[in-house]
Amino acid sequence: MHEVSLVESVVALVEDERRKQGFSRVRTIRLKVGTLGHAEPEALRFCFDAVTSGTIADGARLEIETVPGAGWCSRCHQTVPLEERFASCPLCGNVHVRMTAGDELRVAEMEVE
Amino acid sequence: MCTICGCGTSVIAEHANSEQHGGTAHDHDHPHRRAHHDHDHAHNHPHPHKHDDHHHERADGPIDFGKGRAGMHVAGMSQERTISVERDILSKNDAFAATNRSRLQNAGVFALNLVSSPGSGKTSLLVRAITDLKEKWPIAVIEGDQQTSRDADRIRATGAPAVQINTGKRCHLDAHMVGHALDHLSLRSGSLLFVENVGNLVCPAAFDLGEAHKVVVLSVTEGEDKPLKYPDMFAAADLMLLNKSDLLPHLDFDVSACLAAAERANPRIRSLTVSARTGEGLAAFYSWIEERASVVPDSAS
Repeated sequence: MHEVSLVESVVALVEDERRKQGFSRVRTIRLKVGTLGHAEPEALRFCFDAVTSGTIADGARLEIETVPGAGWCSRCHQTVPLEERFASCPLCGNVHVRMTAGDELRVAEMEVE
Repeated sequence: MCTICGCGTSVIAEHANSEQHGGTAHDHDHPHRRAHHDHDHAHNHPHPHKHDDHHHERADGPIDFGKGRAGMHVAGMSQERTISVERDILSKNDAFAATNRSRLQNAGVFALNLVSSPGSGKTSLLVRAITDLKEKWPIAVIEGDQQTSRDADRIRATGAPAVQINTGKRCHLDAHMVGHALDHLSLRSGSLLFVENVGNLVCPAAFDLGEAHKVVVLSVTEGEDKPLKYPDMFAAADLMLLNKSDLLPHLDFDVSACLAAAERANPRIRSLTVSARTGEGLAAFYSWIEERASVVPDSAS
């Protein structure tokens, strides 16, 4: 379960931001997590409290915005939804679809004070 | 505890008896989990962190009411604000990986990160490859396992130097751990470095270690649909070694279906069917290495 490491990385980024932006408390951390990526939102939530306990992010609320998968179909010349990383185009069946969204794993913003 | 490298739970063992490393200084600055400086390193080496880079603001530091968005304090009003971050969660690991990559390139070392589920035969494959290739290249190995130095012991029996990283509770190697391990290897220019990751077909896919290529090992006893069940790993790899081909006569394993599944997860993946036991197909693997290792700059020249 590498989500523990991912949440630890989130805490490290929060510490970085605290040094740069100066705040004493984090109320909310908002993540963007792609549905085609390797991180499982439920697993992130599951370990969040335990991992952040005693850190700058202790007590913060975790909000996760999931980003649906999408890709560019070279035959349809448009962006199409992707259910799986290697899925075919749902419109024309073309297997050459380049993933353009869905593997995000970012700290988007924080509410701090 | 340092939560980036797991110092305190993970052990880097240079010697067969997995004694903890001592004496070698490494110089890095990494963020610590707690505002106060309470990490208890299990190893007792000098640890010249750049302490200026550490944050030492304490909870008992000044309370600054001028730091809010309004720049002032009004009784009864909160200074809560929203700050945009927009940073990749793995950006710290990726920065360590970039450092490892340039360090390896500057040293003229070609590094492969071997990933697979447990029991696919990574170590047996390495033992065979080292035996076959050690006259041609200097070879070193970084071994990642949750516990024990058994794999490093098997590698050292071939004569190749090996560093064992014990990841403790962790399910993967990260770039910071590998940076530590590199401090313990004196790699000659023109060397091959094999990093044998923790046996796990999920988590290691996410962590760039600074290698030239990820090589995924899948054994024919595992089922031909693994690339579709665990697409992240196959999408991250440049080569799939389908190992234990000597067992194929005893199994219903469909090789062509497996190769098709791997190509579906990653259209660019190369696949080779090999047997660490009989040596079948390994010449093609060695050619694959030779083609790519030859473009690594030789720092000695």
